[in-house]
Amino acid sequence: MSKSLQGKKILTVFKRPSSSEGILSWITTVDHKRIGIMYGYAAFFFLLFGGLEALLLRIQLAKPDNDFLSAAEYNAMFTMHGTTMVFLAIMPISAAFFNYLLPLQIGARDVAFPRLNALSYWIWIFGGVFLYSTFIFGTAGAPVGGYLAEEISWLGNAPNGGWFGYQPNASFKYSPGTAMDYWAIGLQILGISSLISAFNFITTILNMRTKGMRLMRMPVFTWMTFAVAFLLAFSLPIIAIALFFVTFDRQFGTTFFLTEGGGDPVLWQHLFWLFGHPEVYILILPAFGIVSEILPTFSRKPLFGYAAIVFAGFGIAFIGFGVWAHHMFASAISPVAQAGFGISTMVIAVPTGVKIFNWLGTIWGGKISLKTPMLFALGFIAMFVIGGLSGVTHSVVPADTQQTDTYYVVAHFHYVLFGGAIFGIFAGLYYWFPKVWGKMYNETLGQLHFWLMIIGFNLTFGPMHWLGLQGQIRRTWVYAEETNLGFWNLIVTIGAFIIALSIIIFMINWSYSRRKGPAALMDPWDARTIEWTIPSPTPVWNFSTPPEVENLDDFWHKKYGEDSEGRAVRRDTADQLLIDLEEDGLNPKNHIELPNPSYFPFILASGLPLLGYAIIYKSIALAGLGVLLLLIGGFGWALEPIEEVTIANPSVSNGGVEDE
Amino acid sequence: MSDYFLSIKKLKLVPFMVLFTSCIENAPMDSLSPEGPYARTIDNLFWLTFWIAVGIFFLVQTVLIVAVIIFRDKPNNPEPKQIHGNTKLELLWTVIPVLILVAIAIPTVKTIFELAKEPENALKVEVVGHQWWFEFKYPQYGITTANVLIIPEDKPVRLEMWSNDVMHNFWVPKLNGKRYLVPGQLTYLNLYADNAGEYWAQCGEFCGLSHSKMRARVISLNSSDFKMWVENEQKEARRPEEGTLAAEGEQVYLNAGCTQCHIINGVWDVQGDRVAPNLTHMASRHVLGGASFKNNPTDLTKWLSNPAAIKPGTFMPNLELTEDEIVALIEYLGTLK
Repeated sequence: MSKSLQGKKILTVFKRPSSSEGILSWITTVDHKRIGIMYGYAAFFFLLFGGLEALLLRIQLAKPDNDFLSAAEYNAMFTMHGTTMVFLAIMPISAAFFNYLLPLQIGARDVAFPRLNALSYWIWIFGGVFLYSTFIFGTAGAPVGGYLAEEISWLGNAPNGGWFGYQPNASFKYSPGTAMDYWAIGLQILGISSLISAFNFITTILNMRTKGMRLMRMPVFTWMTFAVAFLLAFSLPIIAIALFFVTFDRQFGTTFFLTEGGGDPVLWQHLFWLFGHPEVYILILPAFGIVSEILPTFSRKPLFGYAAIVFAGFGIAFIGFGVWAHHMFASAISPVAQAGFGISTMVIAVPTGVKIFNWLGTIWGGKISLKTPMLFALGFIAMFVIGGLSGVTHSVVPADTQQTDTYYVVAHFHYVLFGGAIFGIFAGLYYWFPKVWGKMYNETLGQLHFWLMIIGFNLTFGPMHWLGLQGQIRRTWVYAEETNLGFWNLIVTIGAFIIALSIIIFMINWSYSRRKGPAALMDPWDARTIEWTIPSPTPVWNFSTPPEVENLDDFWHKKYGEDSEGRAVRRDTADQLLIDLEEDGLNPKNHIELPNPSYFPFILASGLPLLGYAIIYKSIALAGLGVLLLLIGGFGWALEPIEEVTIANPSVSNGGVEDE
Repeated sequence: MSDYFLSIKKLKLVPFMVLFTSCIENAPMDSLSPEGPYARTIDNLFWLTFWIAVGIFFLVQTVLIVAVIIFRDKPNNPEPKQIHGNTKLELLWTVIPVLILVAIAIPTVKTIFELAKEPENALKVEVVGHQWWFEFKYPQYGITTANVLIIPEDKPVRLEMWSNDVMHNFWVPKLNGKRYLVPGQLTYLNLYADNAGEYWAQCGEFCGLSHSKMRARVISLNSSDFKMWVENEQKEARRPEEGTLAAEGEQVYLNAGCTQCHIINGVWDVQGDRVAPNLTHMASRHVLGGASFKNNPTDLTKWLSNPAAIKPGTFMPNLELTEDEIVALIEYLGTLK
């Protein structure tokens, strides 16, 4: 069919874009690497926003009864901090890793559906921009009938019902204005993006593995991507429906969650956490994967108990759907439910423990090189253990009724999501930096970043355990002087600024090294997986010859054998192998087909925020424009001709990924 | 149950005395210094888990640090042995955590059901959550009050709770864990204080603009004091003598609009509920406005001249009272003992 279309040349208007440089090339790209890089930069940008919001919160709490922020501003800042960090920072930074690395780790040319991949990205970024446009257009206010002493500033006119949006506080009566609509619809748009990625990654992993890459030979990072994709696919529909209910309650007068119409506000809690708890694993499993790549490489030993780590990951993902009510132990649930969810929460500690002990088994007896990625990976283990253990204290329901909704919980999940996920992410950013940019980062600055961050992190979140046990509630705009919480709050605030300093050092290192760093070797870490068998930076076509895999950690086994004691011995052929691989990787012998760029993912995605504004402002015109863009995007996508971009030697047509 | 935890209890203060010396002063919301049987049961369970967690923490961190020190790369080190795993070890570190968790799960489940039981001979008090204050009703005595929950020392108290608007969460850390107040649904919480005394309470669940100022106090009285308190609360409000400043204040109360939302029993014959606290014995409460400020002329003046400046989002309007009116009103409210 495509041939006949092309042959007739009737659809020249749908000629595919061909720019390979400049902003247009980024807008139209379907290259998983470029999409990954865009995800990374945009998500880091949002991470900075989320961080700034956190700093404002910490300034406010530095002393008792402070008036740096108004209540409205404070509530908006913690809502946006949580929402940003979860949906606009950690999830998309993980998506950046998935995008960039997944095809490289399984020896593929690209993901299964490259245009769909671009669509995920553009929907995500439009969703993020839509959500943040609340700072320009959004409004918030006192509950209907309530009074304010002063007008709410622009900072306070952002969503203010918490990232968890508990009903009925987030309903129109108690959170009037449009800000919470931006929140609900913004999350809806972001969810579409993640759902699309999930199916794309599942298909890619199931269908695009190179010859010999059996499932049980896949790198653990790929395995964790696989688990996350399933988590996304099963948990996002739940929040999507719940958010539709919220939007209907707020916009069209339904009462799904409102008692006055026979609705049930506790139902929202169930739906939110039935999504929200798997979401925690969506945030942490990618870091598990990253760390499972780094520890063996820098210990020069295989991962201890590969199968156990893989199955533990899936065990966590599966049980993760059965623990949601532990967020609601103090809420309206019965003792039987408390006991059941308390026990299921304890159960999930077992596979988590297995992972930690296996990681320790990996470094034990190794030859440990303390480069920056390894420091962050070890820091990850040390900090994540604390978060895991405080998690077990939550499963003890009676104790949790004291701790829930206090800073103890804030401490707990920051040890999991910062000490865990963010440390893992930084480990990965340093580890794959040479592969992405073809340059080496500055090791001294990297180490400085690590040490400042781990000190700042513990100063910030360590004392929060104590503050929570001493009775400091979460989401508290002020606390009374008599509660004697001032001293440790000040320490926490100082810690937060040390974290900010470490992030600045990271940014300096990144932007300097990316341009002026020394050139990176193809395999700078003597690594184990096949993404290191291609030149740095990764060529556009990834692998010039599709690799063949014979082992788990195939690249390592091609470089190293074992002597009679089981110690690694470098093969004589290893040095030549590296030279050959680099030579081959830069000069493909065969014709390579790459997926073609396309305008339509961008156009299609741009329709969604317009539909969001249309719902909020009840505008038929905006709705029409949004639908029009969706239709143009969809039809253009379907009718787009397949034109092959040809690289290297065009005489042979072979291999490569076909466009979807 | 208490014997089971005895040895754990003795150990509990040690690490915190070392680590947090600056913090041993009085913290009225401290969840680690229980002053009643419910909170104590919870506390014991926490310390059991805490010490197990500390043990695992030191185990993991020690292995990690020792591994980094002894296996750190040195130029002459041989390549490591390529160990891919060890089924026995992996089974061991699966089974041992399971056993530890079973040891935690048994007392946990037992305690969950213990705490949920309705105590015998309990005094029933209804707690109603409002943005942003707690209302307390004693159906047995026909008393309605706010912000300060008075309980008898010699009796357990059974709270029957619901919310009038959004989710709230009633928490008296020294007496028990917390429990949500849900619109359209009843929840329950037991309180029992060892001794007569004052305990801080706070709304735990984010409930809007003034969430952090939604506080309360629980005061436990010995039985004779409690009886006196009940008798006093059941009386109608005292009327001020004519010609006094307090009588002027009463007129302000009646005419400025306060009666739209408040009730003072015996002053103005009204039926039904009001959205704001019952003020019949307001002067007997030492904290006001969701226990966010003290009941003294200075704080009360600030409150009456602009309520929203103290509690943003409050449903109490600024009635634009003059200074004289406020002085008279405060004088009058002071007589409502």
